[in-house]
Amino acid sequence: MSKLTFEDLERIKQKTASAMALRLGKPRATITVHVGTCGIAAGAREVMQALLSELSASNRSDIRVLAAGCLGNCASEPNVTVAVEGSEPVVYQKMDPEKVQRVFQRHILDGEVLREFTLSP
Amino acid sequence: MRELSLHILDIAENGIRAGADHLLIHVEESSADDRLTLAVEDNGRGMPEEKIRRIDDPFVTTRQTRRVGLGLSLLASAARRCQGDISVEARHEKGTRVTATFRRSHIDRAPLGDMAATMEVLIMGNPHIDFRYTHRVDGKEFVLDTRDLKTELGDLSLSDPAVVRYVSDVMRRALEDLAAGSNLTPPMEDADV
Repeated sequence: MSKLTFEDLERIKQKTASAMALRLGKPRATITVHVGTCGIAAGAREVMQALLSELSASNRSDIRVLAAGCLGNCASEPNVTVAVEGSEPVVYQKMDPEKVQRVFQRHILDGEVLREFTLSP
Repeated sequence: MRELSLHILDIAENGIRAGADHLLIHVEESSADDRLTLAVEDNGRGMPEEKIRRIDDPFVTTRQTRRVGLGLSLLASAARRCQGDISVEARHEKGTRVTATFRRSHIDRAPLGDMAATMEVLIMGNPHIDFRYTHRVDGKEFVLDTRDLKTELGDLSLSDPAVVRYVSDVMRRALEDLAAGSNLTPPMEDADV
């Protein structure tokens, strides 16, 4: 059976050691995926997996992806809140893996809010 | 929900919202009994007796962001549709244990789905919570314990994307091996639930 080997973990540990110093600081951006029942039924798990892929590819260690509960806007799920240091948080609605990938690229990396996807433009 | 692993994600997140910092998630599949059992146990603040009696009622919730609670009632109806049942044991301020059983071969049973994706999202999204996942198929077992992993990783975060991906990839393969080496009939992947 496949096993988690501590040798493999050690290898990953060394590979990512350079990013460690940065990660200890305060995150510059936090992306919160709202994973209530409504969000999960609408595809929040897939949205979060897409964010994990983007985060991994970006090699950025000052970005956090977190899970939180329902916002109360269940009809517009999956909702994702993007909080970039120094700006008001922005809530995106009806996310899917493709849209959230654009949010990550344009908002998180380039600093441009994607008005067409926000909850209250 | 189209996968039981999505119900598990939902019930686990309930526990985290209830202040838990340690969750036990257990899946058990038995071909001899034709049973599939899911259990999620947390050390959160528990539920009042009155709410437990009314878990089938979607208009009962402890939340304040909206006036309906859906997660437990959806899981209860999914289990009962498949000749199974749900039980909720909660002790005030001591945590909650939700157990759902299904007849494994029931035509209406949703597939278990991507449990590795559920664990990936739980681990990444909740870096301060510890999870122990056990999956038993006809007596053979897979165990993933984030406390063990954190000890091994030292000061590297378990929510690091490279680490989370590695853990979920290993878990996905291990669960495939577990199913392949068992007497279980393949799940009905097209069951419409």
